[in-house]
Amino acid sequence: MSRMMTGARMVVEALRDQGVDTVFGYPGGAVLPIYDEIFQQNDITHVLVRHEQGAVHMAEGYARATGKPGVVLVTSGPGATNAVTGLTDALLDSIPLVVLSGQVPTFMIGTDGFQEADTVGITRPCTKHNWLVKDTDKLAETIHKGFHVATSGRPGPVLIDIPKDVQFATGSYAGPKQTDTGSYQPVRKGDLAQITRLVELIEQAERPIFYTGGGVINSGPAASQLLRELADATGFPVTSTLMGLGAYPASGKGWLGMLGMHGLYEANLAMHGCDLMINVGARFDDRITGRVADFSPGSIKAHIDIDPSSINKVIRADVPIIGDVGHVLEDVLKVWKSRGRKVNTAGLKQWWAQIEGWKAKNCLFYRPSDTIIKPQHALQRLEALTKGRDRYVTTEVGQHQMWAAQYLDFDEPNRWMTSGGLGTMGYGLPASIGVQMAHPDALVVNVAGDASWLMNMQEMGTAVQFRLPVKQFILNNERLGMVRQWQQLLHGERYSQSWSDSLPDFVKLAEAFGCKGAQVRDPADLDDAIQQMIDYDGPFILDVLVEKHENCFPMIPSGKPHNEMLLGEAETQGVIESEGAVLV
Amino acid sequence: MNALNIQKGMSSHSAYDLRDPHAQTEESHTLAIMVENEPGVLARVIGLFSGRGYNIDSLTVAEVDHAGHRSRITVVTRGTPSVIEQIKAQLGRIVVVHDVHDLTVEGPSVERELGLFKVQGQGDKRVEALRIAEIFRANVVDSTLESFVFELSGAPSKLDAFADLMRPLGLIDMARTGVAALARGA
Repeated sequence: MSRMMTGARMVVEALRDQGVDTVFGYPGGAVLPIYDEIFQQNDITHVLVRHEQGAVHMAEGYARATGKPGVVLVTSGPGATNAVTGLTDALLDSIPLVVLSGQVPTFMIGTDGFQEADTVGITRPCTKHNWLVKDTDKLAETIHKGFHVATSGRPGPVLIDIPKDVQFATGSYAGPKQTDTGSYQPVRKGDLAQITRLVELIEQAERPIFYTGGGVINSGPAASQLLRELADATGFPVTSTLMGLGAYPASGKGWLGMLGMHGLYEANLAMHGCDLMINVGARFDDRITGRVADFSPGSIKAHIDIDPSSINKVIRADVPIIGDVGHVLEDVLKVWKSRGRKVNTAGLKQWWAQIEGWKAKNCLFYRPSDTIIKPQHALQRLEALTKGRDRYVTTEVGQHQMWAAQYLDFDEPNRWMTSGGLGTMGYGLPASIGVQMAHPDALVVNVAGDASWLMNMQEMGTAVQFRLPVKQFILNNERLGMVRQWQQLLHGERYSQSWSDSLPDFVKLAEAFGCKGAQVRDPADLDDAIQQMIDYDGPFILDVLVEKHENCFPMIPSGKPHNEMLLGEAETQGVIESEGAVLV
Repeated sequence: MNALNIQKGMSSHSAYDLRDPHAQTEESHTLAIMVENEPGVLARVIGLFSGRGYNIDSLTVAEVDHAGHRSRITVVTRGTPSVIEQIKAQLGRIVVVHDVHDLTVEGPSVERELGLFKVQGQGDKRVEALRIAEIFRANVVDSTLESFVFELSGAPSKLDAFADLMRPLGLIDMARTGVAALARGA
């Protein structure tokens, strides 16, 4: 029952069979046959971007807000190379993407043809896997395999490079069910013996902590639900990486806030002082560990991860559990309940008393002002004025990103999209567009800095074209704030190239794109401005002029352990030694 | 919490491996990697080593199962025990890698390499070269009035020893295949 069709039609057919409703892309010579097929159908919406990097970040935003893989279509050569940053971003943050790229015809490969690039060669280290399809008969099954690889195990981006003659030629179409994906089947269930060891430790621990990451969110909503059940039933405190915010609710009783370089004091000290660390789907990134040799010295570490290479990569795991977070947490709960739901109540009580002491430091305190808008204050007002709404937040990269993570609260997974591993400036605006495509009626806010936002600002055109009411909340300090902060702390206050000269007038820019903009500089006008942004029925750019020299605290200086974090301005002189200065 | 006899640093996949996981000394390991025989697979494996800063001392690759589309890559690598563990885990992540076997720790194995050695010389040196070649059971595969090409297979250390002896006798060129290895027994 194989059906014959052209390669180009197979692409559309395969996407339809995979349940794809949205493709982000940009046409060009080597994908014209596929665009011809897209023209002749109505099931799949094609979002025309302004730059291929934008397409990939949109697909990332879409994927993170839905849990489904994001799909991108680009042409050969520059189309594919422009996608590289987005692919790398998705690889580091484990976001499932299927990127289809056009290629010069097979008989021209290797001749340095027009818009030819070795796309599979270039993208090999920045995809989970990639394929060059040279035979139309193999095209459909390769696309189905691509979806399988992108979404199974630790998710990630895949790329399928399709030469133009393969798109024109006719072959037989294989559906998802006729495609053999058996050779790639990552383990999902954790080892029961290790799970039992973990439960024994949970029963006895005096100072436990859950350290959760993006793996909980990638595992699906059920994993977040199980985490909440386990954390609340045991009464253990929970901290999360930047990637994992929302898996455990910010309103939950065990919530300590984010940990890491700009994490909360109580979260970092609890990590440093715990006796049982339960890592759930996080990877001991260097933003989290600080100086590895002094990382949480007195704790037994359990590590739940679907990727075996994450175990023991940075921090030695005492109880390694390889498996899908959802499956493992389900088994942990089952075993723990069957053994009588025991915890060390006395120890926990003392532990919480100690944590409350750390919380009393009020580490997110900043000096308020009634003459100038403090960026932290702007985020607190954004939080207050959007609370309870169907809200999604994306960010760019820098100080504003860390403040957003500190001051905004997330009670649900898949509501927070930020570039964690790669730290890609220019991520937030296109990501917000991808999120809005997935959730047309939701409030989607991109918390941005002026410098990051300019990196992909061309995508405002996409937002306007597709009537996507994304809110661009720009904390404008006319600086590359995080770079400036590091230069102040590490490079003798020599502010080399870290200011934004010749910034555009964002209000006029909004008008030029055909949307609406406003500027606010007086704290007294802030609430009205935010409300105007929220209420406006369309894309909106709010240019919030904030304090230019605010630093982001708390901060664990590079090369320092968790218990040597800085809380405020007074402590910042000469704190980073030369060995720390070489770290990023 | 020590009542459970769980010590820091214990690892699940080291039940039969008594080496200290924290050791900082570098070890040489021979890895056999079974891969899907498809274009680019060798580039993926090599790219992993260069991209993550691992060492390759030797590498061989050839198809071993035509019907099953399987190739076998044998890599001799060096690193501390934790780096070796990481290399194996990272190799295992590659979608087209089916199995990774560490022949150095999984039991006894045989390792063989083939080398071609060109030795130029006359008179006594030429006679001595031939005599040593016989001791090593090397074959003469090419001969002129002032040169030999010897073919020798064996453990890499045997090839090293042969090369060392031939150097003063006029060794001018050498080609080695790299290590091929199999576990002993069935």
